[in-house]
Amino acid sequence: MKRLLPFMKGYWKEFTLGPLFKLLEAIFELIVPLVTAKMIDVGIANGDAGYIWRMGSVLVILAACGLGFALTCQYYASKCAYGFGTALRSALYRHVNTLSYSAVDRIGTASLVTRVTTDTNTVQSGLNMMIRLATRCPFLIIGAAIMAIRIDLKLSVIFLIVIPLIGLLLYSVTAWTVPRYRENQNKLDNIARRTRENLDGVRVVRAFSRQKEETDAYREDCDIYARRSVYVGRIGAILNPASFLLMNLGIVAVLWFGGVRVNTGHLTQGELTAFVNYMTQIALSMVRMAELLISLNKAAASAKRVADILAEEPDIVDGGKEAVPVSGVPVLTFKHVSFAYPGSREESLRDISFSLNEGETLGIIGGTGSGKSTVANLIPRFYDVTGGSVQLYGEDVKNYTLDSLRHLMGIVPQKASLVSGTIADNLRWGNETADETEMVQACQIAQAWEFVQSMEHKLETKITQGGRSLSGGQKQRLTIARALVGMPKLLVLDDSMSALDYATDLALRNALETKLSGVTKVIISQRTTSIRQADHILVLEEGACVGYGTHEELLEQCAVYAEIYHAQMQ
Amino acid sequence: MFLVIRRILSYTKPSRIVLACMLFFALIGTGLSMLIPILIGKAVDCVVGAGSVNFSELMQAAIILIVTICISGLFQWLMSLCTNRLAANTIRDLRCDLFSHLQRLPLKYIDSQARGDLIGRAVSDMEIISDGFLQAFTQFVTGIFTIVGTLVFMLTINVQITVLVVILTPVSLFAAAKITTMSRDSYMKASAARGALGGLTEEMIGSQKVVKAFGYEKRAQQRYDATNQELQDAGMKATFFGSITNPATRFVNSLIYAAVGVCGALAATGNVPLIGVITVGQLASFLTYANQYTKPFNEISGVVAELQNAMASAKRVFEVIDESAESDDSHLPALKACDGSLELSHVRFSYTTDRELITDFDLKVHKGQRIAIVGPTGCGKTTLINLLLRFYDVDNGTISVSGQDIRKVTRDSLRSCYGMVLQETWLFTGTVADNIAYSRPDANREEIEAAAKAAYADGFIRRLPKGYDTVLTEDGGGLSQGQKQLLCIARIMLTVPPFLILDEATSSIDLRTEQRIQKAFEKLMTGKTSFIIAHRLSTIKSADWILVMQQGSIVEQGTHDALIERGGFYANLYQSQFENTVE
Repeated sequence: MKRLLPFMKGYWKEFTLGPLFKLLEAIFELIVPLVTAKMIDVGIANGDAGYIWRMGSVLVILAACGLGFALTCQYYASKCAYGFGTALRSALYRHVNTLSYSAVDRIGTASLVTRVTTDTNTVQSGLNMMIRLATRCPFLIIGAAIMAIRIDLKLSVIFLIVIPLIGLLLYSVTAWTVPRYRENQNKLDNIARRTRENLDGVRVVRAFSRQKEETDAYREDCDIYARRSVYVGRIGAILNPASFLLMNLGIVAVLWFGGVRVNTGHLTQGELTAFVNYMTQIALSMVRMAELLISLNKAAASAKRVADILAEEPDIVDGGKEAVPVSGVPVLTFKHVSFAYPGSREESLRDISFSLNEGETLGIIGGTGSGKSTVANLIPRFYDVTGGSVQLYGEDVKNYTLDSLRHLMGIVPQKASLVSGTIADNLRWGNETADETEMVQACQIAQAWEFVQSMEHKLETKITQGGRSLSGGQKQRLTIARALVGMPKLLVLDDSMSALDYATDLALRNALETKLSGVTKVIISQRTTSIRQADHILVLEEGACVGYGTHEELLEQCAVYAEIYHAQMQ
Repeated sequence: MFLVIRRILSYTKPSRIVLACMLFFALIGTGLSMLIPILIGKAVDCVVGAGSVNFSELMQAAIILIVTICISGLFQWLMSLCTNRLAANTIRDLRCDLFSHLQRLPLKYIDSQARGDLIGRAVSDMEIISDGFLQAFTQFVTGIFTIVGTLVFMLTINVQITVLVVILTPVSLFAAAKITTMSRDSYMKASAARGALGGLTEEMIGSQKVVKAFGYEKRAQQRYDATNQELQDAGMKATFFGSITNPATRFVNSLIYAAVGVCGALAATGNVPLIGVITVGQLASFLTYANQYTKPFNEISGVVAELQNAMASAKRVFEVIDESAESDDSHLPALKACDGSLELSHVRFSYTTDRELITDFDLKVHKGQRIAIVGPTGCGKTTLINLLLRFYDVDNGTISVSGQDIRKVTRDSLRSCYGMVLQETWLFTGTVADNIAYSRPDANREEIEAAAKAAYADGFIRRLPKGYDTVLTEDGGGLSQGQKQLLCIARIMLTVPPFLILDEATSSIDLRTEQRIQKAFEKLMTGKTSFIIAHRLSTIKSADWILVMQQGSIVEQGTHDALIERGGFYANLYQSQFENTVE
């Protein structure tokens, strides 16, 4: 929780003044019953109309001041909460950007998104609520109790009995219901999951004519959910009537014992009325307080989830050197590189070595899980090697600044992901200032221009989130173009031509070869056709190098390579 | 709006007794709870001053009070129970209605809707209706009861002061309405900003790896901060305006309280003829009423917003339910004796009117033939599946299976003749065995295992933590693409239908799995009529007939040799492949 305090900076004034004004409002509220009591005891008893009018105007003034205080508090509360929330969100997002691949993998994207959005919102409204209510309710409870004690100590013993009883009731009911409501939420998630599965698999469901069974299963889920809701609601619904019951029984006790006290002259009739008022006030405040505590509890849980992320130390540390191309030395060198994913005992890569000169192409081939993508991830330092070293222009990649290192590379990830915006917006990721000619050129090399050109708005065509409006092959070609726009010195294609048909695949490779002859390339693929022209081919199996050489050499010497090749050529 | 309410109410019909009970309990519960201040007032009147307390009357008042309190509490609880049951059952029925309708809607509709939107309607919109409509409905009912009841009770005490309260009421309503309109604007802005920020976060964190690869962090942060700032401005205003409703109405309430206090006190002195005379106890109950009087108004105005939300949600739900379902085929006969022959004649088809995909297409397939579908990725194999399995109807012409027009038999019987294994596999949350038995729920464990063995899936299934009883999470969870496909093949192995639609693996599958799939396909295809979405040269060359598709339409068809001779699109495609492999 301490980690979140710095984001309150600049809002401490609001944070302290807000509750203070709320307190003032509550004080004024407590005075009201006193004024009414005076009205009855003095005004009515003496038949003094003037006094009654004066007390009446005091009530109006109290109300007006109360309103003013309340508004001031609400203003401070919303200002402080949103100021804090905005600062927190921004810092959290900044921090998420510094997290390494391994941290992102471990925490999970969905969880990160929830923490940046939902959790920060919950903390924010929790803070808002705390400023507005955290002082008011306890104060009203304590204040009303003190006022009651001041009027008549003996009679206020009733309060000492009723208040803990209501407290116990609130506590036990919420303690019982809250975890069960959460459980219900899971049941609802089940329903959501079933809906999604049925929509995604609608063709399969219908192909097997399983509509009726699916509907029945769904009905059963809904029925369970409904029954659980009714069951939990049964106890949850006790809360209000029961606290109402306790409060009113308390009032009856006040009336009876108060009657005795009035009879002995220790209490006046007006004071008894005030007593009844205080009882009502306390009970209502306690119910509000229980609601408040539940929300604050939720906010605290969210705050912890947010703080956990902020506590994540970025584990990839920037080197100090600017990465610049140097001629005459190998562009990319792997020296006895080994790598194990965090938390995994087994190494995903073992003792991999190769060296690429400017303009050379390396092809990497191997089955799923052979470590191909891992090689690609080590080059831009998405992960750091656990043994050996990766060198760019003869210098360990760890010595470069991340920005300059990644700037020299064009990376095309396995999963083609585009963001919402125009095609041009996406292409400019590689180079903010790229002009139209540069983008068209990149598209042409990536074999994307043909379909981009056929679109009505060409480069300005809007694409939806995730690029859903495009086919898999189109997306892959655009992600390749995006990498080319940055004019990289080193191009890494991580199985990024899988959705292309052979003709396009071939045209793309030809274009890469002729138009980007000076660019060093690493091409990862499952197809031998995609890499057979490469200067060097690295064959991986279960993280180890089982062959390295040219296509012809490997066909003769490497059994694994030959097997793959022949299987694909049959 | 009225229609929507009536429609939701019609879903409460099966729980009509519960609804009636709820109204009854609400009436008694709130009625009695309003009697309490009067009874308290009566009790206070017994306690005049020192030495003049009437204990026997006080005792009587206290007993009546206790009884009233207990009954009222009990009835309020019963009312909540009824509301819960009513809400839960109604929403359950509505939800099932929506779902079973989804199962009957034409694919044309489902394909055209965003998944997330439909799921939203089935899940969150339902919750909004439940919270908003049904809970709000009860608040509305009790609110009205309370207002009417309070007025009646106040009238019995003193007409003049009651009239005063009624005159002041609109002030409170006016204030609430004014604030609501003031805050609505900033609420809209805030929720738009929140939506935009959420979308941006989701997208940027979702593409985190690309963000890093391109050093996009700084620019992403700038975009994020700009939207975040918008949210701060709008959100702060919305929260502030939203939160002033309560103090403002409380203020108006305090004014009413003061007015009642003054008038009541004056009346209690008995010196002001215009207002009549009341006792101190009556004044006390009057003050309690005045204190509570505006509360239901607040609640109702709060409920109105929720109701509006619920209405909007209900509209979205009914929109889906009102979509017309697939034509009813229950009166049609089932497909008879399917022999594996198929004929398409003069078929025309298009998804949208502006682009005709298939024009006057003829195809005759005999039992046991293999039809290869060739074309670039995304060429439109779905179109063919849509037509063959009658997910969509042809615009013109006929498709017939074993000489029977597929529109003249039941869809279920037609679809049971087909087995599909696509690259986009579909597995559901459940055990491996359940997933395989999806094609034939009555299959026993031996049959399931035999099917898995035939599909070469048995080996990897046994290596899973719990073998056939391993629960797969959403869409196959930890299984690789190839393994998922093997499971889908096992599914088909259980039924072995006369027609097959198979999708060959491209490249995201490792070699050994690919070989297994290929072998399993061979086994499946023996003696069956099959459509293969082909990527391998050998498959294409050995096919009896080739359909060349591009962007959803069939551009060429014929045998391999004939197509090469023709020198069209297929010949081109073949050349590029040929160039690649033999060089």
